[in-house]
Amino acid sequence: MHQPTGKPRRMNLLWLQSGGCGGCTLSLIGAESPDLLTVLDIAGIDLAWHPSLSEATGFELHELLARLLSGEEPLDILCLEGSVIRGPRGTGRFHMLSGSDRPMKDLIADLAPLARHVVAVGTCAAFGGITAAGDNPSDACGLAYDGREPGGLLGQRFRSRSGLPVINVSGCPVHPGWVVETFLQLAGGTLTEADLDGIGRPRFYADHLVHHGCTRNEYYEFKASAQNLCEMGCMMEHLGCMGTQVHADCNIRLWNGEGSCTRGGYPCISCTEPGFEELDHPFTVTPKRAGIPVGLPTDMPKAWFVALASLSKAATPERLRKNAVADHIVVPPVGRQRKPHK
Amino acid sequence: MTRRVVGPFNRVEGDLEIKLDIDGGAVRAAFINSPLFRGFEQILVGKDPSDALVYTPRICGICSVSQSMAAATALAGLQGVAIPDNGTLVQNLVMAAENAADHLTHFYLFFMPDFARSVYQSEPWFEAAETRFKAISGAAAREVLPARAEFLHLMGILAGRWPHTLGLQPGGTTRAVGASEQARLLATVVSLRRFLEATLFADPLERITALDSEAALDAWMDAAAPERGDLRHFLTVSKAIGLDKLGRGTGRYLSYGAYAMNGGYAFGRGVVDAGRPRAFHSAEIAEDHASSWLARPEVPAHPSHGVTLPEPDAPGGYTWCKAPRLAGAVVEVGALARQIVDGHPLIVDLVARGGGNARTRIIARMLEIARIMPLMEAWVRAIRPREPFCAHAAMPKEGECEGLVEAARGALGHWMQVRDGRIVNYQIVAPTTWNFSPRDENGTPGVCEQALVDAPVREGEIEPVAVQHIVRSFDPCMVCTVH
Repeated sequence: MHQPTGKPRRMNLLWLQSGGCGGCTLSLIGAESPDLLTVLDIAGIDLAWHPSLSEATGFELHELLARLLSGEEPLDILCLEGSVIRGPRGTGRFHMLSGSDRPMKDLIADLAPLARHVVAVGTCAAFGGITAAGDNPSDACGLAYDGREPGGLLGQRFRSRSGLPVINVSGCPVHPGWVVETFLQLAGGTLTEADLDGIGRPRFYADHLVHHGCTRNEYYEFKASAQNLCEMGCMMEHLGCMGTQVHADCNIRLWNGEGSCTRGGYPCISCTEPGFEELDHPFTVTPKRAGIPVGLPTDMPKAWFVALASLSKAATPERLRKNAVADHIVVPPVGRQRKPHK
Repeated sequence: MTRRVVGPFNRVEGDLEIKLDIDGGAVRAAFINSPLFRGFEQILVGKDPSDALVYTPRICGICSVSQSMAAATALAGLQGVAIPDNGTLVQNLVMAAENAADHLTHFYLFFMPDFARSVYQSEPWFEAAETRFKAISGAAAREVLPARAEFLHLMGILAGRWPHTLGLQPGGTTRAVGASEQARLLATVVSLRRFLEATLFADPLERITALDSEAALDAWMDAAAPERGDLRHFLTVSKAIGLDKLGRGTGRYLSYGAYAMNGGYAFGRGVVDAGRPRAFHSAEIAEDHASSWLARPEVPAHPSHGVTLPEPDAPGGYTWCKAPRLAGAVVEVGALARQIVDGHPLIVDLVARGGGNARTRIIARMLEIARIMPLMEAWVRAIRPREPFCAHAAMPKEGECEGLVEAARGALGHWMQVRDGRIVNYQIVAPTTWNFSPRDENGTPGVCEQALVDAPVREGEIEPVAVQHIVRSFDPCMVCTVH
């Protein structure tokens, strides 16, 4: 790891919430080995203020904000959780900062250029997310994206004082490890623009697909598909699973000990991706054209996929065919030495 | 009379602002503003009914599976699907895990740190409270965070993750539990029991659940050193500052009933009004918009045909929150309401003697944790591996349904209308919508607005610490409130 030069300096972190559910914070405080407070301490990060964790309230926060805005106190890391709320009609009145006459969006816009690093925590802050679903009643957007389009509140060209764009730790919610490791790398000075993917997500988790490490891979290989939620087969063909296309390491890193969406018996709904809030089909139903799923892996010729799928379907072992539509193993694998009795 | 605007309140879930009229060293009137509007009810219109299971949990990160469960319950009613026993057991376990984890988060991270504020630094109990409970640096948070995270492994096994799972479905749950998971789940639950018995209660859970009166609680408190166990530590500080004199509620309580069991609920459904229990009728609910920045119906509407349309300049509006009323009355919801409606003798006696107040709200949560853990152990043992966890049924194209559940913070209701296979109306009334509602058309303030009246304001206090205690005693969830 890169060794920081000179005397190690502690960094401060301001965490603001706007148009979201608070679920990223709730996920983050489940960080393990070590816990969140310990890991922040190890990283040398002090919480200037966090809405769920800090003692300071009301006027104490307003005084802190005034010091940060005047430059009297430098700001190292600004985190936003939740979307930026622009409505109604550009006024931001759908979220005014409590105890003030200011829309949150204006406070965020004023603070972001002062921060050394700006981190969008969760898909709402990164891209708009669930809050922007439907007709987007609150005119929600992300810090530097409006759905799939660059822009958002701060604009495509925005760079924080470090020169980095907004770091989009997307996910609905985020995995605590994604946030913690981003913080550790920022504190260690090792996170560069090359470590972010094309839409600003840290590549350490976004260069993986949810498919990687999925326990249903053997079912995928043979196109042995689950028909209903709770069954063990692959959920791509019928149940809307987008894990082969979605960038995240959910099945490598695992959630709450040993979980993931697919291990929990339901499909990946692409919550780390911009625009996941408005798919053109119900979330747990795979859209098909001429009986073929529309959402195939993005970097594979469709004809090849279809050819391979029909071949592998023809070769599906009875074991997988049966287990795919059961909720527990009904046909165990047979060992080489133990041929079944005739 | 001076008016003061206080906010943001942190260590509540979401954003909150309160206007206080202060005179003669006390709060005379309070006006609560829920300052964030996102518009979930509009977002849901036009969606496939099953997609409510994706959207509604994301109303709230701390009540996530409660929102899932309300939507799943509504959809189960629409489908007429019967849940297999295993599915009910796992739904109960997931709901109970969120409930217990939320109560722990509230106690240790949100509520207790206010006792470590410098306003109390000359009190004899201050040093111990600061060492134990100070925000970020206190010893207790370092112990409770790992215990909470390990306990939430139950969510990893049963629901894939928390928050925001699709594991709770109308017909049951999506992760079948085998004998090995069952064994691990039991170890996870008992592991939290041990943490609670060592750290929070310093006594077996059954000693806490057996407390049946204020006298019994006082005797229990006096039976050990004042800081032995964090509950006793809380009771010690509460007594010193007179927390039981703060935040008196309305005396009317509502619970939809928590945890389906044997055709009923583990914690019963009903209403308690001035100490008298009565039955709950959903038809008695109506939402008043008189003080809301929302379009106004001619008369307050039942949520099954309610309307939620923002109107930022609505005259008399001071919040995005509606004012739900039960038969026209202001009612309190939450753990205190659940436990009094269920008739737990400790809570019944405490409320009979001192009313529902800031202290009884906390005691009710701690009691509830102690009651939940043995239930969870029994539910894990009752799972029958290899039998079904989830039933499947077709989604009707037309219909109306409601889903009433108890979230950690109290009564949560979803009402849905479906036409041509699409949602045409979806209305949500969350626990803190009840507790933090504004004035209704009769000018009657909501529960917390009433509870703040007479809160003492010390000389020189900008944001009165008594107000902080009262507000946080409700464990408000502001993201749910307006949604």
